[in-house]
Amino acid sequence: MSRRSWVRPLIAMGLVAVTAVVSACGTSGPGETNAGALKIWALEDPVLNKIENLSIDSFKAAGGNASLETFGNDPYKQRLRVAIGSPQAPDLFFNWGGGNLKEYVDAGKVADLTSVLEENKAAKDAFIPSVLNGAKLGDKYYGVPMRGMQPVLLFFNKKVFSEAGAKPPTTWDELLTAVDTFKAKGITPIALAGTQAWTELMWAEYVLDRWAGHEVFQNIRDKGPEGWKDPAVVEAMTKLKDLIDRGAFGSSFASVGYDAGGASTILAQGKAAMHLMGTWEYTNQLDQSPDFVKNGDLGWVAFPSIPGGKGDAGNLVGNVSNFYSATQDSKSLDAAKKFVTTELHKDSYIEALVAAGDVPPVVGAEEKLKKSPNPEYASFIYELVLDSKNFQLSWDQDLPADDATFMLTQLQEFFLGKVSPQQFVDAVAAR
Amino acid sequence: MSSQRPSAWYAVPAFGFFALFAVLPMLLVIYLSFTAWDGLGTPALNGGENWSRLLEDSEARASVWRTLVLMVVSWLVQTPIALLVGVWAAGKQRSRAVLSSIFFLPLLLSTAAIALLWQALLEPNFGAFVGGPLFLGDPDIALYTVVLVISWQFVPFHTLLYQGAARAVPPSLYEAATIDGASRVSKFRHITLPQLRYTIVTSSVLMLVGSLTTFDTVLILTNGGPGTATRILPLHMYITGFSGFEMGYASAIAVVLVVLGTALSLAVMRWSGFRQMSSQQEGS
Repeated sequence: MSRRSWVRPLIAMGLVAVTAVVSACGTSGPGETNAGALKIWALEDPVLNKIENLSIDSFKAAGGNASLETFGNDPYKQRLRVAIGSPQAPDLFFNWGGGNLKEYVDAGKVADLTSVLEENKAAKDAFIPSVLNGAKLGDKYYGVPMRGMQPVLLFFNKKVFSEAGAKPPTTWDELLTAVDTFKAKGITPIALAGTQAWTELMWAEYVLDRWAGHEVFQNIRDKGPEGWKDPAVVEAMTKLKDLIDRGAFGSSFASVGYDAGGASTILAQGKAAMHLMGTWEYTNQLDQSPDFVKNGDLGWVAFPSIPGGKGDAGNLVGNVSNFYSATQDSKSLDAAKKFVTTELHKDSYIEALVAAGDVPPVVGAEEKLKKSPNPEYASFIYELVLDSKNFQLSWDQDLPADDATFMLTQLQEFFLGKVSPQQFVDAVAAR
Repeated sequence: MSSQRPSAWYAVPAFGFFALFAVLPMLLVIYLSFTAWDGLGTPALNGGENWSRLLEDSEARASVWRTLVLMVVSWLVQTPIALLVGVWAAGKQRSRAVLSSIFFLPLLLSTAAIALLWQALLEPNFGAFVGGPLFLGDPDIALYTVVLVISWQFVPFHTLLYQGAARAVPPSLYEAATIDGASRVSKFRHITLPQLRYTIVTSSVLMLVGSLTTFDTVLILTNGGPGTATRILPLHMYITGFSGFEMGYASAIAVVLVVLGTALSLAVMRWSGFRQMSSQQEGS
């Protein structure tokens, strides 16, 4: 074959590639369908998405136009990041507030909602201030709460506790005693879904908060990884290590998952006595082990206090709430602002959230919560949040993604005993 | 001679696709590996920072080591099994068809299904081995568990390769050997193995490069855990890129993967004499 006969096919090949790229770019303009509609992105949830669509219907009835698109957890985070600077960006997007939102704010992608909230006092005052603060960065508001509040609670199996003659721990020492009691009986004291680092993170968050107060982590978040070097972190991690070494989580936690047939199931079946988890554990148990919940065997308490610790025993960690934030470059910014200041505290929306078992992030919801499918549980959470001095967002959401990912890896090594408290601190402080 | 070959135009679609979906992304990845990019905004050139970080990253080094272990052990496990079962399945035994269909069953399952299936089987509280070793929970054995699952998944495919190749061995060779009084074992050693030489090369390249880039099974089965015990290089890249959103650094890891994979297949081709590709059979 002559050399020349290769040349033309090569050029053609190049042209094919270029045309393909150009045409791919050409089609990526803003969606033409449903022009002028507010594009809202949220996390997929079979129950809550219906309620979010209700708020859209109500917005439409008032003359607006909006549509909802939903995604699973990991795809959502990846898609949002790629889309947010592009013409494909949503006008309103679901987020967790805190440092997770801060990355987008720092990149200039998120609209400041402070003034519109000041103008609509009724909207601003409808929300619990500490929850609204979850999307406050510096002195500006960048998001409005739109789903229930999800603090982390210590769940326990009442039947297992009464059979062992133990009572739910209110202090760290009671927790240690309970651990020893259950261990002696061959029951895993605390269920832990160790395949997922965020379940282990809940322990680190609460122990540090109770031991040293919430300021230590806020310092880390605001001033950078140097903050990990606060001696209180090593002290708190040492306490946690004692708990792990005591066998509190059993020996197989590293391959127990949360999603199906994992930590929740061993709690329900009485193979484990306690389980530290977000409030969604209740609905999860109701779904997977309905008899366990209906027989009244599922108990819950706030995380125990640590004697001598500086943290307030009422402090909470978890998902403060989820927020809608508006994108800065949105062509429908005014409509987006209108949506978040009119739809998210409407009685109909709040009542729908309550009916779905959520605890809404608004003030004065006590009466409404009586209509909850699980009024006792919902009111407990509501009071807990109202009484809390500080509600810390999960660390992995409150730190930049790269630091959070690194910390979670180190934390898993820590729970496996491969990394000591000091080594953990050294590693995360060196980021 | 050349006029009888298809014109080079025939290669345009294939090259076009290759350029668009392999060469172009590869060039982009090389560019990104010299930038800092968190997925927001635009990538900013940062010189060789990702690369010097890669050299010092003990986690990256450990994950390269794990990848090598995975590669070598899964080759050692898969090759003998696939070879023996494949040669056996090429025969005319009565039970062959039924048993072969059972052996090939894993081929029909998707990777995600296989990973979820084994995850459930190996669950420490409700799985099939309750009270046994913590297959996925013990950092010392988790990597070998992953090798077993991957082997379970891919042995049937390689068996199929060997079965086809063993069927192509001319019966006259065995007949001649039988007349000479050769035993079963020596027939296998002196006829089957040499005749399967290129199949062994092909299957080995597929296995080695496959384990270098294997990802989905490990992601679903262990997500790199417990701790980092099964965090192989592709997974380290994924976690860095799509959980930590350090796209520049993840791209540097991706470049290493490309280089390793290419070097590996070139080396296997070269050392095995694959390039000469002459027939081993009589009369050609």
